Amino acid sequence: MEALIAIAIGSLTASGVYLMLRQRTFPVIIGLTLLSYAVNVFIFAAGRIVPGLPAIIAKDAAGYTDPLPQALVLTAIVISFGMTAVIVLMALGSWLEAGHDKVDMDEEEETRA
Amino acid sequence: MTLALIAALPFLGALLPGLLIRAGRTACATVTGSVTALALALLALQAPAVLRGEVVQTRIEWLPSLGLNANFMLDGLGLLFAGLILGIGLLIILYARFYLSKSDPMGVFYTYLMLFQGAMVGIVLSDNILLLLIFWELTSLSSFLLIGYWKHLPEGRQGARMALAVTGSGGLAMIAGMLILGNIAGSYDLSVILTQKVVIQASGWYLPALILILLGAFTKSAQFPFHFWLPHAMAAPTPVSAYLHSATMVKAGIFLMARMWPVLAGTPEWFWIVTSAGLITMVIGAKIAFFKDDLKALLAFSTVSHLGLITMLLGLGTAKAATVAIFHIINHATFKAALFMSAGIVDHEAHTRDLRRLGGLRHLMPVTFTIAGIAALSMAGIPPFNGFLSKEMMLEEAAHTALGPDWLLPVLATIGALFSVAYSFRFLAHGFLGPVRDDYPHKPHDPGFGLWAAPALLATLVVIIGLAPMASAAWLVDAAASAVTGTAQEVHIKHWHGLYSPALWMSIAAVGGGFAMLAAFPRLRAMWDGTPRPEAKAIFDAIVEPLAAGARALTQALHNGSLTRAIAIATIAITATALWAFNSGTHSPGTREMLAITPVTAIAWGLLMFATLGVALIHRNRLLSLILIGIIGLIISLGFAWLSAPDLALTQITVEVVTVVFMLLALNFLPKETPRESSPVRRIRDAVIAIGAGAGIAGLAYAIMTRNFAFPSISAYHLEQSKPGAGGTNAVNTIIVDFRGYDTFGEIIVLGIAALLIYALAEALLKPGPANDALRAMAATRTGLAGDRHPLLMVMATRFILPVAMMIGVFIFLRGHNLPGGGFVAGLVFAIATVMQYMASGLGWTEARQRIDHHALIGAGVLTAAAAGVGSWLFGAPFLASSYTYVHLWPLEEFELATAAIFDLGVFLCVLGAVLLALNSLSRLARRAGETVSADPYSVDRPEGGN
Repeated sequence: MEALIAIAIGSLTASGVYLMLRQRTFPVIIGLTLLSYAVNVFIFAAGRIVPGLPAIIAKDAAGYTDPLPQALVLTAIVISFGMTAVIVLMALGSWLEAGHDKVDMDEEEETRA
Repeated sequence: MTLALIAALPFLGALLPGLLIRAGRTACATVTGSVTALALALLALQAPAVLRGEVVQTRIEWLPSLGLNANFMLDGLGLLFAGLILGIGLLIILYARFYLSKSDPMGVFYTYLMLFQGAMVGIVLSDNILLLLIFWELTSLSSFLLIGYWKHLPEGRQGARMALAVTGSGGLAMIAGMLILGNIAGSYDLSVILTQKVVIQASGWYLPALILILLGAFTKSAQFPFHFWLPHAMAAPTPVSAYLHSATMVKAGIFLMARMWPVLAGTPEWFWIVTSAGLITMVIGAKIAFFKDDLKALLAFSTVSHLGLITMLLGLGTAKAATVAIFHIINHATFKAALFMSAGIVDHEAHTRDLRRLGGLRHLMPVTFTIAGIAALSMAGIPPFNGFLSKEMMLEEAAHTALGPDWLLPVLATIGALFSVAYSFRFLAHGFLGPVRDDYPHKPHDPGFGLWAAPALLATLVVIIGLAPMASAAWLVDAAASAVTGTAQEVHIKHWHGLYSPALWMSIAAVGGGFAMLAAFPRLRAMWDGTPRPEAKAIFDAIVEPLAAGARALTQALHNGSLTRAIAIATIAITATALWAFNSGTHSPGTREMLAITPVTAIAWGLLMFATLGVALIHRNRLLSLILIGIIGLIISLGFAWLSAPDLALTQITVEVVTVVFMLLALNFLPKETPRESSPVRRIRDAVIAIGAGAGIAGLAYAIMTRNFAFPSISAYHLEQSKPGAGGTNAVNTIIVDFRGYDTFGEIIVLGIAALLIYALAEALLKPGPANDALRAMAATRTGLAGDRHPLLMVMATRFILPVAMMIGVFIFLRGHNLPGGGFVAGLVFAIATVMQYMASGLGWTEARQRIDHHALIGAGVLTAAAAGVGSWLFGAPFLASSYTYVHLWPLEEFELATAAIFDLGVFLCVLGAVLLALNSLSRLARRAGETVSADPYSVDRPEGGN
């Protein structure tokens, strides 16, 4: 199973990076979202994967998984929503202001700027 | 504590001018001055102990493992310098109040000035040399701001840049030198280092350390060949020049040489390097000063020359010479600050500082003339002023010291003194004497009391010290000189050394020669103009330009502003570094037992892979890629649930809903398709980069997961303490609200800021401008929308669901401390419940019923969390440490009350507010783009925007 999860993390990263290298804002945002998934799962997996042993303290629990990466990832998930939302609005702004949704300015715009 | 407070006061004071400038310029100056005066008073309270020979110390541990501690000490030398810095600082604050014009931002000026003052006081009070270095760099930075204060003047900006480049690079050299020194001595505390003379001077690293430290001192104190930056720094307003270039910044290098004198001085290396640099600087500076027409340039080069004189004295390495150096530091600070201020007054009144356009001011500005006259005569070394006393003592020392041939040092010292007389006389003769002219740019007259009070006070000091040196200054000189040399010193300052004193004849020669030079000025000037000289600024520019061009080229190649390029380069660099690191080690396969693959997990994994790779392949269809993103998020939540992370599963699934809704709303405005632009080559290149990165991270993840922890995890502590320490059985939740509560506190603030940023961005887009026009144009062309915007069934269902959803939210919130759930998830559930109303019943309908402002929610959330944190102070616990108790309340079961719940409530409010504010901002754009709004309670009965 570890191998499958590692492959999934790798694929999420690869797709994310590929999309972030595109030239329009929307794919870049999607790419960033994928990369956030990859990073969150990666940090989570750094606590090693254990099924069926949630970190809820109980007398009869057989053991616990590592709660620390979970706590870190939990806040990271919420924060990544906030960051994605900011970038989405920036993308919207540039589309509305500039009339195109390219990530980089073309030469004509750079000379004007 | 007092010493740390003295050093901290100016920094605290730096905050006030910005706040108080609205209360008026005088209030601003008064408050700034009071802070300095307070620091000076605290210093004065320490003075009796220091004068008794004690060393006052304040020790605060900061990073003891690095040897970096906030240790301060105050001895005679520190007292002298701190007194000069704060005392003259006070006069400068007064002077600047009347000097700066109405158009100069005074609050900014005082803030910079106080920053600088704090940094300087920090240098002279530091016991730890690492701390000293920090303050040292701070003086470079704050003086950069001060010199470039008149941002509109190109000379100001260039001068500031040059000063920063020269003193900054000297500072870097000094860091290296200090680290070596600390290494030799085995401590970074001056009080220890200063006792290690034998060890340090015997070390093979002595010379490198000496040279590096002297580089720092020489650049700061404008010693040859680094003297050129100081005159360019004269583009600063005169109060800055008077402060930085008479009493403080340039004296920092001198201070450092004096401070290090006990361990570094006394060797041939020290003698040769320091004495010759000082001597050359003294002669060259004085010579150039004589030919400068600009009053401030003349004074600048004269400062260079006098700093050379002090450096030379320190270089001689004898206790007596060091004592004279200390005495001259005091004298120079008094007369030079007075002279700078007088030059500023002339500039202020006559609108020029050019000696060729001045003259005759004696009649028009008698007060200024008196002040400038006393100070200039002191600078020339004319009795009975204080400059005379220290100059005589300097000549006396020079006469007894051999640098190469016996005659060389006395002769050069006399020549330096001669030039000094010449430029001082020229300052007076060409500026104030002679007939009154009728072509001044502005008819000058004496300024108000405010402007001349400070220099007058200094001039008074010049006279007092000159007339009664033993009573007025000897105690301070003794204290400082004893601190410098490490042995008790008692100075005897005399006006008359007897006919057999060589100093007398050297002095007479200097004064006579100075008169002769002034008389011959026109001819000397013609010769000077006829001789080619190296222009320091041109050389400096010639060195800096190629460096700047190289830096620019490198930056352009790595990061030319293209995001795509930056991401590609960063990804390649990270992957390559990781690969290199991987190849440079040895590896053995992991030993941790792997989990078995079950059919269900295999299917889920297959779906995840399908969606992940699918997004990359069909990303041009934006709607479809959003749906795939939703699938990925769902499977990841399932994965979390399966792998013992119920909290993460809940969070992921709720965030997923909000994210997809948000992106759908945004996609509403954006094109629905991405055009195919990249060439196949480029796509392949990008795919290679992406696959490389993916393979690397997959390998890393696999390696981690198949191995056990190398070190015992700190999680064991959290699991153990979750119940007894934080009162909750959900260890993830207790980590979030208690163990790492401070992190969480920061995170909700970040989330709140992100939401406010979104709001601000939306506001900006809604202002008149191209974006607003584009939105309006969209409104005009909107067609093909779904016919029934708010289907009755959906409206009714969501209204029914709302209380249920909120109940679930409350439930999740309350159980969070002991079971999966908590503030984050509850906030998201509430947000989703509200968003459902937006979608079903429309924006207007929902907004009209929502009475709490989103901004207020965020603010209340952060404040509640902060209150929970501060609350623990009441119980004597550190910030955010939670406490809990069990309450038995009939007829309920026993339940727990924890302060962590209050903190979690803050998290909840902040998350809810942030999510809603973000979505709401987008919907404001939508409304501008023609989305119809109806707040009617029965809007479902009628088509919107219509009848």
